[in-house]
Formats: sequence, structure tokens, C-alpha cells
Amino acid sequence: MADKETTRTVSPFEYAPAPESRAIVDIKPSYGLFVNGEFVDGTGKAFKTVNPATEEVLAEVAEASEADVDAAVKAARRAYTRVWSKMSGAERAKYLYRIARIIQERGRELAVLESIDNGKPIKESRDVDVPTVAAHFFYYAGWADKLEYAGYGTQSLGVAGQVIPWNFPLLMLAWKIAPALAAGNTVVLKPAETTPLTALLFAEICQQADLPPGVVNIVTGAGETGRALVAHEDVDKVAFTGSTDVGRAIAKAVAGTDKKVTLELGGKAANIVFDDAPIDQAVEGIVNGIFFNQGHVCCAGSRLLVQESVAEEVLGKLKRRMGTLRVGDPLDKNTDIGAINSAEQLARIRELSDIGESEGAGRWSPPCDLPSNGYWFPPTLFTGVSQAHRIAREEIFGPVLSVLTFRTPHEAVEKANNTPYGLSAGIWTDKGSRILWMANQLRAGVVWANTFNKFDPTSPFGGYKESGYGREGGRHGLEGYLK
Amino acid sequence: MTSTAAPSPTTIAGSTSFDDITASNASLRRFLHGLPGVDQVGAEARAASLGTRSIKTTAKAYALDLAIRMVDLTTLEGQDTPGKVRALASKAMRPDPADLSCPQVAAVCVYPDMVGVAKETLGSSGVNVAAVATAFPSGRAALDIKLADTRDAVEAGADEIDMVIDRGAFLAGNYLQVFEEIVAVREACGDAHLKVIFETGELQTYDNVRRVSWLAMMAGGHFIKTSTGKVQPAATLPVTMIMLEAVRDFREATGQMIGVKPAGGIRTAKDAIKYLVTVNEVAGPDWLDPDWFRFGASTLLNDLLMQRTKMTTGRYSGPDYFTLD
Amino acid sequence: MNARIDVRKTYKLYIGGAFPRSESGYSYVVNDAKGKFMANAALASRKDARDAVQAARKAFPGWSGRTAYNRAQIVYRIAEVMEDRRPQFVDALQKSEGLTAARAEKVLDAAIDRLVWYAGWADKITQVVGGANPVAGPYFNLSTPEPTGVVAIVAPQESSLLGLVSVLAPVIVTGNTVVVTTSHERPLPAVTFAEVLATSDVPGGVVNILTGTPASTAPWLASHMDVNALDLTGVAGDAETAASLEEAAAENLKRVRRAPAAEPDWTLDPGTDRMTQFLETKTVWHPIGL
Repeated sequence: MADKETTRTVSPFEYAPAPESRAIVDIKPSYGLFVNGEFVDGTGKAFKTVNPATEEVLAEVAEASEADVDAAVKAARRAYTRVWSKMSGAERAKYLYRIARIIQERGRELAVLESIDNGKPIKESRDVDVPTVAAHFFYYAGWADKLEYAGYGTQSLGVAGQVIPWNFPLLMLAWKIAPALAAGNTVVLKPAETTPLTALLFAEICQQADLPPGVVNIVTGAGETGRALVAHEDVDKVAFTGSTDVGRAIAKAVAGTDKKVTLELGGKAANIVFDDAPIDQAVEGIVNGIFFNQGHVCCAGSRLLVQESVAEEVLGKLKRRMGTLRVGDPLDKNTDIGAINSAEQLARIRELSDIGESEGAGRWSPPCDLPSNGYWFPPTLFTGVSQAHRIAREEIFGPVLSVLTFRTPHEAVEKANNTPYGLSAGIWTDKGSRILWMANQLRAGVVWANTFNKFDPTSPFGGYKESGYGREGGRHGLEGYLK
Repeated sequence: MTSTAAPSPTTIAGSTSFDDITASNASLRRFLHGLPGVDQVGAEARAASLGTRSIKTTAKAYALDLAIRMVDLTTLEGQDTPGKVRALASKAMRPDPADLSCPQVAAVCVYPDMVGVAKETLGSSGVNVAAVATAFPSGRAALDIKLADTRDAVEAGADEIDMVIDRGAFLAGNYLQVFEEIVAVREACGDAHLKVIFETGELQTYDNVRRVSWLAMMAGGHFIKTSTGKVQPAATLPVTMIMLEAVRDFREATGQMIGVKPAGGIRTAKDAIKYLVTVNEVAGPDWLDPDWFRFGASTLLNDLLMQRTKMTTGRYSGPDYFTLD
Repeated sequence: MNARIDVRKTYKLYIGGAFPRSESGYSYVVNDAKGKFMANAALASRKDARDAVQAARKAFPGWSGRTAYNRAQIVYRIAEVMEDRRPQFVDALQKSEGLTAARAEKVLDAAIDRLVWYAGWADKITQVVGGANPVAGPYFNLSTPEPTGVVAIVAPQESSLLGLVSVLAPVIVTGNTVVVTTSHERPLPAVTFAEVLATSDVPGGVVNILTGTPASTAPWLASHMDVNALDLTGVAGDAETAASLEEAAAENLKRVRRAPAAEPDWTLDPGTDRMTQFLETKTVWHPIGL
């Protein structure tokens, strides 16, 4: 059996390369900042953004200095005071609808660029990220002239400073910008330093939509830029998605101010499989839970809790399924797992995986050939993991699954909740009353029962405990942008 | 939970016995209802995602030829005549008269009374004759009539028998009756291979598809087959995927391989390739062979041929260049 | 004739349903509004704060797991028992806040009415803030509010009863459990309130009341890693202290209700935000299929 598991069955049906054309995107050699409706040079240094699948330098991007951030906030303030806060909700809505439409029209271009800059498989950027981005703008466009029905007051806050991560560059941008604009705020958004390109393409879309200058400003850069934005005294609202450590620092930085804050932070979700689960769908849910987007997902189902009585069966099927995952060129339409976003992230995944091994957990990956250039990590699972292992407690943010077992529903709940995080959880069982009992017990903001990693603009998303506060998506997502 | 409550197959000296399971209708029911459930939404999402595989160039060429080799070229009409069947059989042996490198199909599938005609035309070409039997398509006849129907077809030279199960009995929960009927038909088949048609469009739920798959495999069917082609929906990708999971799991449990045949509704090469991707990734590459996977189809073949010609000539072809039989 | 020596009451903490003295053994002098000695009250220490958090955590699963209807009844019961003890509260209010008897009656009315108002919210807030989400796919999707967990409250310093009730009731009625530090100078109505809680079906640990100075307990509550949220209403006007408490609270991402510039007018319509601020939204997905 062991041999059967580790040797890949060679199929005569080898899928030939099916690359998506990159001709549709036009990457400029260098990019400035998007301030007041124009692309302007930054006053700081420039940094390079690379294609994580090849390590090829894609472009030089301006690193916004404190002065640049200040200029962007001023532009946002001006646009807020003179234009956006005075405009009727119905008119704001039309801009957002327009943006949504352009995103659909330029969907292919956005998807390809996202995959190039981020490393995620084109099938995900094409079928998940970009359609959800457009849907998000459509959804919040409709709210702009209906705020009085949302139950949160109708007064916008002012200027929102928004800092987003690299795992879903465009989608996180949409989660931030769409509700902010719908509620009548203007924004300064900082994309992650490793994935700035689609945000800059979005800036072009704002121009194409004739969005009034200053309503959306994009400042590229790294931690310093983000800190300057968060700390800027004319920012009324801070929205952040990223690590719990940075979230903590932001919460400290805004202490004693009047800034409204929402934080979407880390997670270490339990994906709980009972012995009466629809096993094949559960296996898909496990795979989708941890290998979707290379596991670079804050709500990833990174802890598999499987009932002992079916652990062997589930693991057997899971391993077989992992053997069919195709790791490689993000632009290949058949790629299931793309590149790790950066060398830094790869080092972190390697480090934690090595720790998992040295702490005695059993490490397994299907045989798979990884490209020689770029940042790659094979889909990996660890068996024999206990709650005491670091790989069961720390967010790895990569395609690494820790497998634990449980005997009773109470034990499953206890283990699932035994973490400072509380973002998401999964439940797999055919018994309805058990689903509802589990859903009640789990201290997590999103509970997926017999499914996993589903997102929708109408569905509020956000965490309990150290996974942050505030909700994005749905009617609830407006709350953070209104007073 | 399932494994303790329900009886399970026992393996003695390499062969698997289902005696405990099939000791009574109650024990068989316990086993079938103890199989893991199927979540419809998840199963359909998985099938849809397999359907997004992009099969190009060499992979496409391989898939098209394999699909042609897997076709059970079918005519099951009241208006079938010896002439029609002979024409179909000729096409089965030489699907593309303009291209001798084009493989022949797996079998010709006809009503029992046409088996002789088909056999005569096909001779020793290697293309099998499959006959639908057991009061196809409804299965509403007495067992002895079904068995006689089967024996007639076998005696007339059928290499393969495509039987239909008694869906009424299945839906009424008379699983043992369905089981025993398959066992009896299998015996009547002699050396002919038995394909068991479920008519999944009438069974409706994926849970039923999984249960009936196990029932038919335990009863000795060589193949499990989705549909007669007379009921909508006929074959679908998710239903076929559930059946592929069943044969995969059955081999895991017993070591025994069972074939799968989706039939009806697969009309384009593009669809056929989605099925092959599903075979490859769900059951595994061992099933990528006409011995283990078939398409029950009539119009599919011409589209496969058109796409094949496009691959070899680089031009899009048209229906006028392929025979209509 | 010797005048009768009155029996003075010892004012203690309220933790886990019991009335312990401060673990530290310290107490402090509480004077009435005119500066006349009224009583010694327990001066809660950091260890009392710790014990209170532990008691609140222990009570959380049970309290949050009760039906909303049951919580409503219990909060309503608090109002009933307060009604029963009107003279005691009026007296405490008069002495603590220097109110006339008529004014004290009015404040007590408002406090009781506020409890009744919040009691009614227990089984309505879910319908008002939760709901079904029409996702674009075959999924049932429902968002419901759940209590945040253990909430530490620095209660208002001026309004020792109405203010206390106004910050406490909205937090517990939704299922949270609470550690509250009372008005430093006016702790007596809070202690009387604790006695009401102890006799009105509120399970021990749901509300824990610490008298003393906010300075001696609030920093420990703000930095406590098993406290989920912090209400700084009682730090009104002290921006510096509020900021340092908020900063300490950031360590485990507590939900913080910031200190207002000045203590609010408690007679105004409270709105729902004191409830919603200490609620989490949980969204549950399930496929819809055969």
C-alpha cells in the first residue's frame, strides 16, 4: 500500500500545456502612484515586482513616501469634500456599476495579470477572483442609493485608508473599495508590495469610468507606506486585511484616535469531518480548503479534524486526490496549484514544515515535479499532528495541511475552538441536527457546512477573537463605512 | 458508524464474498444505506471543475482516438432494419473511410433481433456486438421473459449484453430482488459480458446512483451503465463521476475492476473529452481503455471524427464529409 | 438611654455569584455626596480582576447557550427585584449622587425601565441585525449575531446606577458575560445592584462587579488575554488613560468601545449600538441539494 501511495501512476493521458496567452496584458516597465486621478511619480524609491513563477522582474513600482501618502490623502479629502460626499447615492451607484461592467469587459486581462503578478492559477483568477470582484462592485453599487434601509445610519466617514494583502490582490481591493465608495467615502488604498499590478490596472479602470479624481487613490509600497497611511491624521477609517501581527500593530497605532477600524486577520480553521460525511465531497472540500490559492487564504481549512473511525479511509482518498493536483505554470489552464507568492513566504512555509517534521509529525506529498525557477511548494499533509504542534497552531499560509483526529463531537468542538483565531470552520456530516449544533458551538465568523471556501458579495465575512473585527460583504459590510 | 452497522464484504482466499450483505433484503439495505452519502452541490461542482480541463494538441489527439475506440455505436429504434444495422456496422469498422489510421469503435449496440445481422457484418473485425436485453428499455416484464431475451441475444452471437434493472423494484426498496435479477441475467449471459443499465434519470438522486452501482457490482455486472437513452436526463457528467467513484472504491475493497458506460446525451467531442478527464482523474488511468470505459452514443462518433480531421488537417471540417448512417 | 449602635454594612465585591472581600484585603472609604463617611468598600486588586474574568469565562457557555427568551426573562426579573428594593436604591442614590428623593426616584425609574427595555431585545436583536443572504449559488446562507464573549466594562463614574445599568444590560442581554468596574466614588448603588443580581436568577459569573479604582483593575482587564472586549465608557474625558487601555486591549484584538469626551446623557434613547458592538456575526453556509 505504501508503495502504491507514493508512486505516481503514469497516465497515458498526459495533458499537453494549455497556456493562456499573456498577449492581452501590457505591463509597463515602471509605474507611478495613482493620486487625484493621475499617475504621478513617487518621491520615494522604486521597488521591483516579480513573477513568482519565474522570478522574472515584471516592472518597477514607486514606493510611496510619507509625503506621497499625504498627497494621496489630501486628494481623497478634497474629492470627498467637494465631490463625492455631495453626490447623490444614485449617481455614486452609477459609477460603481460602470466600474463593475468594465471589470467584466476586461476580465481576461485582469485575470492574466493577476496570475502573472501573484502566481495563482489562471483558472482561479479567471473563474473565481475576477468574477467575484465584478460581482462585489455590482452588489455595493446597488447599496449606494439605499443606505437608509441598511440600518447603520447614512453618513459617510470621510477618507478611508485601506491596506490589503497579496493573496487576493484584486478581490481584496474590491472588498475594500466597493463598500467604501458606495457609502460615500473616498479611499487611499495600498496594495501589497509583491502584487501591485492589478491595483494599478484598476486605477486605469477608474480613469476609464471617469470616476472623479481623488475618489480612489492607489499608493504602492511596503510596510512603511502602510504605516504612514494608517497613521495619517486625516484618515477617518482604517481597513486592513493581513496578518494578525500587523493587525495588532494597527490596533495599537489607532488607539486613542477617532478612526474607525475593521481588521480581517489570520486564521487556523478546523475542517471537521465526521464518519457519516459525504466522503468524496468532503475530500474535495479538504482539497479546496487548503490547496485553493496555494493555501494563501486566511480562512483556509488548515487543520483537518477527522473522526478516528474514518481517518484511514479519508486520508487514503485524500492522498489519492492530492496525486491528481497539477502544480506548475499559473497561466496553464490546467494548473491547480500555482507558485508561492514570494521567496519570503516560501521560506516561511519551508520553515514551519521543517518544524512540523522535527516535532515528529508525518510529512507526505504526492510525487510532483516542481519547476526549477520561481517559488514552489508541493501540496503537503502532516499526519499524527496534535494540538501541541506548531503546525497545528500557527498560520502557515501555504499548501500544508495538518491532520488531527477526534472521537466525539465535543472533542471536535474543543479542538476546533482551541486557538486564538476564529475566522472560519468547516463541518462535514450528513446529519442535519449535528450540523446546526456544531455551527452553534464553533467560535468562528464563517462556518461552511458540507462545503468550504465559498465567497459571495452578499455574505458577510470576518472573524472572531484574534482573526479581527468588523465584517466585509453583505449589508453588514456597510457598517464599517457609515456612522 | 457505517462500517460497524452495515455488513461488509469478506475476502476469503482472494475472492470477495458478499453473502453476508445479500443474506436478506434488510442486510442489503443496511449495507447500501451505509455507503457514504453524496452531496449534490459538491458533486456537481467537482464534475464541473473537471469539465474545465483544457485538453489541447497531443492530449486532444490521444483523447479523440481513445474516445472513438470507446464508442458503442448504437441504434435502438423501432424503425431499425437489417440495412440500417449493416450500415452502422460498416461504419463501426471504418469510421472514417478517408483516413485508415482512424481506429474502429468498441462495439455496435442493437436490439437482440438485430444481433445476427450485426455479427454477420462485423465478422472477426474485433468490433463487438452488444445487445440490449431484459425488456429494454422499461424492464417491465417477467423474469423468465427477460432471461429468454438475454439467451436469445447471446445465442445470436452477442458479445455483450446491456440489461436494464427493475427501477420500480429499486425505488420500492426491493434491493434483493434487483440483485437477484442481475445475478440471474449474468448467468444467462454465459461468456458474454454484462452491462447493467440503471436508468439514472429515473433513480434521480446521486445517493441512489451510488447504491445501485454497488448493488450491480456485487451482483456480478462487468459494466455499470447510466441510461437507456430513452429517458431524460440520460448520461450526465456528475452521474458518471459518481459511478466512477464507485468502481474505484469497489476495486479498493475487492481488487476487482468494473467498467463504466455513460450512454445517451453525449453528442460532442468536447463532452466526450470531459468524460475522459473524469475517468482519468477520478477512477484513474487504468480505466482509460475500451475494456473499462465506453460511450453509448450514435451522433457522437461523427463529431469525434470531425475534430480528429481538424487535428490532422488543421482545417475545420463539415458534416458533409462524414457518413450519416 | 444609649442610642442604638447601628449595624454597618460591609460592601464587598461580587464575583462568580459570591460576595468575596478583595483578595488583597484592602478597602477604601466611601463618602456620601456631602463628604460624610458612608462605608468602606472593597478595593479590587488585579487578582480580583483575574478571578472575575475567570468567573465570567466559566459562565459564558451556559449564559450564551440559554435561549434568548430565557435571558429576556432573567433581565426582566432583575427589573422586578429592583422594584422590590426601591427604598434601598433611592437611599443609595440620594447619598451617592446627592439627589433629592424625587430625583432619585426618577433615576431609579429610568434604570428599571432601561432594564425592561433591554430585556425585550434579547429575542429580537437577532432578527434585526441577522438575516439570510441571497448568495449566487445553491447555498443556504444565514448570518446571525452571537455574543463576543467576556466583556470588561469600565462603568460611568457619575451616573452610578442608571449609567451602570445602561452599559451592563445591553451587554448581558445578548449572552455576553461581564466584568464591570463601578464608579469609584459612588460604588454603593452598584453593590446594591449586585445583591439584586444575586437574587434574580442571573447565574453566578454572568456579571462580576468590582469596586475600587479603575486604575487598579482596568489595565489588567484591558490586557487580559481571555477578555474579548472592552467598554471604556467610564473613562470619559480621560483621553490619555483611554488610549493606553485601548492600546493594551490591542494585544488580543479586543473589540473596544472608546471613551466618550464626556459622560453621556443617560436619559436619551440608547439605540442598539451598545448591543451590536459586542456581537459577532456568524455566517453559516450549507448546500441546497437532493
